[in-house]
Amino acid sequence: MPVEIPIEKWTGKIREVKLGGGKRKEIVLGGESTLPFLSFEGSFPHPPKVGVEIQDKEPTGWSQSLLHAWGDAVKDPATWAKKAAEYGAEVIALRLVSAHPEMGNTGAAEAKKTVDKVLAAVDLPLIVIGPGIAEKDNAVLIAVSETAKGQRIAIGNCEEKNYRTIAAVCISDGHVAIAKSPLDINLAKQLNILLTDIGVPADSILMDVDTGALGYGLEYALSIRERVRLAALGGDAMVNMPVISHSGAEAWRQKEAKASQGIPAAWGAVEERGLIWEELTALTVINAGSNLVTLLHPKSVERIKATIHKLMGKK
Amino acid sequence: MALTGIQIYKFLPKTNCKECGQPTCLAFAMKLAASQADLSACKYVSDEAKKALEAASKPPIRLVTVGTGDKKIEVGNETVMFRHEKTFFHRPGLVIRVKDSAPADKVSHTVEEVSNYKVDRVGLTFGIDGIAIQNDSGNAATFAKCVETVASKTSLPLVLMATDPAAMSGALDKVAKSKPAIYAATKDNIDKMIELAKKYACPLAIRSSDGLNELAELTDKAAKAGVEDLILDPGVRGFGDTLVTFTQMRRLALNKRFEPVGYPLISFPGEGAASPDEEAILAGQHIAKYGGIIVMDHFSPATAYALVTLRLNVYTDPQKPIQMKPGLYQILEPKATSPLCVTTNFSLTYFSIAGELEAAGWASWLLVCDTEGLSVLTAWSAGKFDADKIAKTVKGQNAAEKVSHKNLVIPGGVAVLRGELEEALPDWKIMVGPREAMAVGGFLKEHWKT
Repeated sequence: MPVEIPIEKWTGKIREVKLGGGKRKEIVLGGESTLPFLSFEGSFPHPPKVGVEIQDKEPTGWSQSLLHAWGDAVKDPATWAKKAAEYGAEVIALRLVSAHPEMGNTGAAEAKKTVDKVLAAVDLPLIVIGPGIAEKDNAVLIAVSETAKGQRIAIGNCEEKNYRTIAAVCISDGHVAIAKSPLDINLAKQLNILLTDIGVPADSILMDVDTGALGYGLEYALSIRERVRLAALGGDAMVNMPVISHSGAEAWRQKEAKASQGIPAAWGAVEERGLIWEELTALTVINAGSNLVTLLHPKSVERIKATIHKLMGKK
Repeated sequence: MALTGIQIYKFLPKTNCKECGQPTCLAFAMKLAASQADLSACKYVSDEAKKALEAASKPPIRLVTVGTGDKKIEVGNETVMFRHEKTFFHRPGLVIRVKDSAPADKVSHTVEEVSNYKVDRVGLTFGIDGIAIQNDSGNAATFAKCVETVASKTSLPLVLMATDPAAMSGALDKVAKSKPAIYAATKDNIDKMIELAKKYACPLAIRSSDGLNELAELTDKAAKAGVEDLILDPGVRGFGDTLVTFTQMRRLALNKRFEPVGYPLISFPGEGAASPDEEAILAGQHIAKYGGIIVMDHFSPATAYALVTLRLNVYTDPQKPIQMKPGLYQILEPKATSPLCVTTNFSLTYFSIAGELEAAGWASWLLVCDTEGLSVLTAWSAGKFDADKIAKTVKGQNAAEKVSHKNLVIPGGVAVLRGELEEALPDWKIMVGPREAMAVGGFLKEHWKT
């Protein structure tokens, strides 16, 4: 019985956004004209990329599994980035935790120094995320942008209440702006409109539509991505930027990923549990339309990369 | 695809007689489309129209039941491609496979371990949903014996896996009463498998080794022979091909109403993965993307817990957030002097704050208000988490009898409620807690005096 395979005719396409370039490795995010991995009906030229999230300050409260995996590398962002590259990271996402007023309150000079060191240590594309406090974000990210001029890094986060400064330095230094919105397609679109209105090229925006961990709102993360992607493929040019998901950080924050004591036996072994928690958190948003996920554990990086490889139809 | 109100209207008498309780036939049609009315309320609809409407209202993906009693697995009857369009209805069954070639004590051990596995999540208890037994030995007697042993050790639904109809028949003789799934009919054995499915009234899985054309032919054959409880295996196994094929099948069933693929799917992530770790990831993909019965080769509590949690996430109704029962909850072992905090009954809100209190070692009382499953700020802006509601809950749950103090910690996000609350609860002191659950431990450390 001949079965006619239904083909969706999408009118839209995800924008291609490039990171890196020049002497730095270049990656292309987006570019697809169909839903994730459905290349039987459209083109899916660039497989989603897997980054490793590192920070400029030795992490506190981290799981033993993560600390064990990275060893002393967590004490120095450049060493950490190098090790992440060895473990297969395609992007380094550096979080400037120490600039937070309660985490050290370091300033622009320290941020510049850290970014310089990381840029010198690896040739991978870089993402730099501020501490999430508007004033501090603006102060440190200006310095970061200047020092990384010409390397086309991604800088975040632009949020509805604080986007002008970061957007302005991204424009002047040729970087990519990360637009962060809280699990809402209309707010995501609104922010992209604001950014493009003040002059950020649409192919220099990555969307962080917010994510949740397995068991902690992952269903919202999944659905917002599917909605954004369907709208983009349906032709909405203000939500068709590639999507970035910080799945690792979300997953490893949860008790389920790190607790080894005082929990039910049914939760199983902590090492195994932490990894699968991160991997399912990531895989779910990849299948829903993420173009870049950042992870924390090297083992998950390896497995999720292998998974993406297979999803692309390769053996 | 369900009919629209307008499509249904065409079949109605269009007399606007109002006897169905609706003002017009069109209004009745709209109610029918929304499943808020029953066609039998109209006395005048013709038999011909009835038939057409019934055929059109047949679910595009059949609901199939494996097993009996309260542990039965029900899969299928899905109506959307994406959960935000409505919801996914029937959670896929997670099944662990054993092989009759393995030593009997090993099989028994696995079956007992799997059957006894229970884990709590958002106040509900979950476990593994079934056991599959594969005739790996190739011997019919060995298979029958193994199936009998497994059945004696578990009350979970079974999937019987053999391609030799004689072996299948022998096993069904022992356990057909519990309605196991028969896996699988293929192009080589389908006639005999159809006979068995009919004789024992069990659901039948159909496997194609040559794509959807062959699969459609086989299911059509089974359906025409009167076997309608079917489960489909299109024969693909890996990450990419299962995503593509399962998506195509769901589209065919929902958007094209192509009946030969309008049945739930069965998948074997272990056969498409290079390791047990990868099997777990692929099983996760099948949960999110259209799997029905997911047969795994490895059981581990950590993986099972993660997959059960993912399934709960994906199958949560987007319009009905998971809610906690309102009440006064105990964190660790609170005393009369322990802190009393109030929050909403959105499960994520509850678990965030309860988790933080517990992690920080604060034995405490957590008062959960009925906010219809909304989080703190959403509930507040919707008027479902106001001073009146909180005061009523404090009184209704007799909080004053449980604690020896009169201090109530409210979420920092609703600090504005403090004044009104002090009026509504005149003898209480209202303390404004942190905005984020994460900070509650530090907040209590600083502000709570026993």
